[in-house]
Amino acid sequence: MNKFKGFVYKEFLHLIRDYRTMIILIGMPVIQVILFGFAIRNELNSVNIGILDRSKDEMTQKLTSKILSSDYFILKEYLTDESQIDAAFKKGLVKEVIVFESGFAEKLQKEGRAEVQIITDASEPNMANLALSYTTGIILDFSQSLSAGKERSFVITPEIKMLYNEELKSVFMFVPGIMATILMLISAMMTSITITREKEFGTMEVLLASPLKPYQIILGKVAPYLLLSLVNLTLILWISMTVFGMPVRGSMILLIAECALFITTALSLGILISTVAGSMQVAMMISLVGLMMPTVLLSGFIFPIENMPWPLQWISHILPAKWFVIIIKNIMLKGTGFSYVYKETLVLISMTVFLLGLSIKKFKTRL
Amino acid sequence: MRTIFFIVRKEFRQVFRNRSMLPMIFVMPIIQLLILANATTFEIKNVNFGVLDLDRSPLSTRLASKFEASPHFTRTDYPQSQKDAEEGILKDRSKLTIVIPKNFERDLIKENKAEVQFLINAIDGGAAGIIAAYSQSIVRDFNIDEGMNLINVITPVQSSTVQVSYLHWYNPELDYITFMVPGILVLLVTFIGMFLSSMSVVKEKEIGTIEQINVTPIKKYEFIIGKLTPFFIIALFELTFGLFIAKLIFDIPFNGSLTLIFFFAAVYLVAVLSVGLVISTFADTQQQAMFISWFILVIFLLMSGLFTPIQSMPMWAQRITWFNPIAYFIDAMRMVLLKGSGFSDISKHFLIMTIYSTVVTAYAVFRYKKVN
Amino acid sequence: MNENIIITEDLTKKFGSFTACDKISFSVKKGEIFGFLGANGAGKTTAIRMLCGLLLPTSGKASIGGYDIYKDTEKIKLNIGYMSQKFSLYEDLTVKENIEFYAGIYRLSTKEIKERSKLLISELGLERSADSLIRSLPLGWRQKLAFSVAVIHSPKIVFLDEPTGGVDPVTRRQFWDLIYKAADDGISVLVTTHYMDEAEYCGRISMMVDGKIAAMGTPAELKSSYNVGSMYEVFLHLARGKNE
Repeated sequence: MNKFKGFVYKEFLHLIRDYRTMIILIGMPVIQVILFGFAIRNELNSVNIGILDRSKDEMTQKLTSKILSSDYFILKEYLTDESQIDAAFKKGLVKEVIVFESGFAEKLQKEGRAEVQIITDASEPNMANLALSYTTGIILDFSQSLSAGKERSFVITPEIKMLYNEELKSVFMFVPGIMATILMLISAMMTSITITREKEFGTMEVLLASPLKPYQIILGKVAPYLLLSLVNLTLILWISMTVFGMPVRGSMILLIAECALFITTALSLGILISTVAGSMQVAMMISLVGLMMPTVLLSGFIFPIENMPWPLQWISHILPAKWFVIIIKNIMLKGTGFSYVYKETLVLISMTVFLLGLSIKKFKTRL
Repeated sequence: MRTIFFIVRKEFRQVFRNRSMLPMIFVMPIIQLLILANATTFEIKNVNFGVLDLDRSPLSTRLASKFEASPHFTRTDYPQSQKDAEEGILKDRSKLTIVIPKNFERDLIKENKAEVQFLINAIDGGAAGIIAAYSQSIVRDFNIDEGMNLINVITPVQSSTVQVSYLHWYNPELDYITFMVPGILVLLVTFIGMFLSSMSVVKEKEIGTIEQINVTPIKKYEFIIGKLTPFFIIALFELTFGLFIAKLIFDIPFNGSLTLIFFFAAVYLVAVLSVGLVISTFADTQQQAMFISWFILVIFLLMSGLFTPIQSMPMWAQRITWFNPIAYFIDAMRMVLLKGSGFSDISKHFLIMTIYSTVVTAYAVFRYKKVN
Repeated sequence: MNENIIITEDLTKKFGSFTACDKISFSVKKGEIFGFLGANGAGKTTAIRMLCGLLLPTSGKASIGGYDIYKDTEKIKLNIGYMSQKFSLYEDLTVKENIEFYAGIYRLSTKEIKERSKLLISELGLERSADSLIRSLPLGWRQKLAFSVAVIHSPKIVFLDEPTGGVDPVTRRQFWDLIYKAADDGISVLVTTHYMDEAEYCGRISMMVDGKIAAMGTPAELKSSYNVGSMYEVFLHLARGKNE
């Protein structure tokens, strides 16, 4: 047991001495949480627009100022001619141009209707769609206010309740995913790299020849990364709770237990990769392409899975991170208990058992 | 000049002798394009929703079917009670549940107003906002349509309405893939350029050949140009290949000049490769180099406007993006390919990129030292 | 033949408070084989790295081929060859490609490159392996090839830092034949080693202990001044002196 302690101590020293990697491994989650929390947003604010007002009357001015007072739009260009629209889009000056037809107020008065045309730069489709829908909303409100008083209006008021995340903070969506990627990065990727490194430099044989048992070697190699994972996990949770006010509505103990389960899954993945990969380079490639990329893209971390084509949805099912993200969202944000996540937990457990079994088998035949 | 040729030839030989290189150059871009283009979508379509109709009147049924008819929504949940409705969201059966209260129709006809509750799963705040906007616009349409019907029947009044028509330029179908692919091409080129260059010098450090190079009369600039030229060529090749796939598989429009794209890419690559080189001079091992470049890439990427628009970021974050080369290239790429912007339209991008490249390259030459 | 190729005077290198090389003064003549002997960490490698222009000295003077090591580093580099402890050829390139590459960056003309690589390959008897990767060659051959590449541009002096580490005695002997041949061609050789039998092959030797030159002279001179029969005993004597 003393030998084992010494070995683990040595492994810790290795990790701590490589301070650049340490800074990155600790700094990465912090920066990611902060970026995702503050900077990565999808909502509409301050869209630059252009206005082509062919009539320049009282009505168009009223409507223009109503649009501009909405906080969503900034008037960047006042166009005078249709041909300028294309140029303004091409320069990237505006994302939307609002065109008032000539004789706007007059038509509205006489014919009871006048037309506004909205042209969007749809090379950014989401932006175009949102901008269009906001502008339309404002114009229709304006239109209704014109008729107000004249007729009996008929109004269904939608009362919208945002569940689990009233202020629509983007960080709520991303934190579970960041936890999953960071744990994958440290527990799976780093573990696989250090073990293959040992193999590549031939020191693995020295270790195997020592009185340490194979499982002790693996445990010793894995221990520092296990600790690092826990440190990172705490850090992420702490920042998201204190800085972004993210709640843990469910049981903290359940949360920790599920995290521990996921770390085990990731570690067994790492060990499996190291038994398959012959060199550090290969281990890195497998981890990056086979683990990190899918985890970031297909786990529902940033991009909703339900909008993807079925082959990608299918792949997402075999990613442990997908299930982990669901579990974490349930516990932290929805505040559900174990009965709501037992299925996902079972999936993770069976994956872990399978991976561990496979790597033990591989490890034995290899060495 | 001759010295540079010898280094370039050696680098090329090494790159192509590495067996994992060829698949990386030819297969990775296809896979990345296919997966990224399909996976990285914030498009909101087929939102699962449920309706708890406590009124069961013709009007409430019409409201529900109005949602069903929308291309954005798919009805997946039929809750029977308030509790059931909330459970539906809790268990992810639906993202949105509409609760139509009892006496909905009666209130509307009698008092001209009624409330409908929309429960939205807001964990994904961005999506929730869009779902809310869609719902509101459907309700608004419903108000106008049904209001007209009712009102016209009761008291026909002359009304004045502003009619809205719209046009989506450059991408009339609002196809998300069209929007993403140009950006993904940038990602592709950046990845390969940055990883190859960040590994290059540190690899020689690790195996020890850098010392041998440092005792030769080679000049710093010769070494750096010689090292980077092959990666420059590979990355440009990658861009060509990527554009080819983009056209072939995704039918991305090439509205602008391809020459302009390549010209910009060339300036951009000098910057990216130099960043990689700077990383390489900092790192002691290839593993470190990879981590550092990955770290930087993730930050650059998240703040590049590839996934989420830069204008939506808070001001301090937008200022950071001024120093992000990826943001300029992605923007230029989208402008030129999708909108057909010309040189004068992206001249500012060009200017900034040129300054960027010069500064970073100068720093890389300065960082690389033959003497300790 | 009495031209001094290397002259150093009180050359010193400090890393923080640790003095790796302490006021080293010596000179090496044209065509001379000069050995640096000493235990690991005695400062041999540091001295060589300073002379090659890889490390900047803390103080002291030195010139190589008449060029000052502070001012004319790049001119010096045209006139020196270097073979380090670490293996210096590219394992993923072939024998021929390695030769071409180094000859190329030493600015030999295309014709010279062709001639010399042909000559070099035939001298080493590597004709059959000319197109195989360095990776596939046995260590001894690689070392011999590394040496030949280090002198491909006919430098005035070649620095060899523990060139024979891990090589079997027969190959070591062959390696020394290459060194002698280079010296005959007028190339000065500065070689570090901790093999005491190799010391006997050198023209002159400086024994380094703790960053200082503890003794200098021909092997015969050193042996007689300490009154012992082998270089090994000279070394033991000096090392023990240090411990007392």
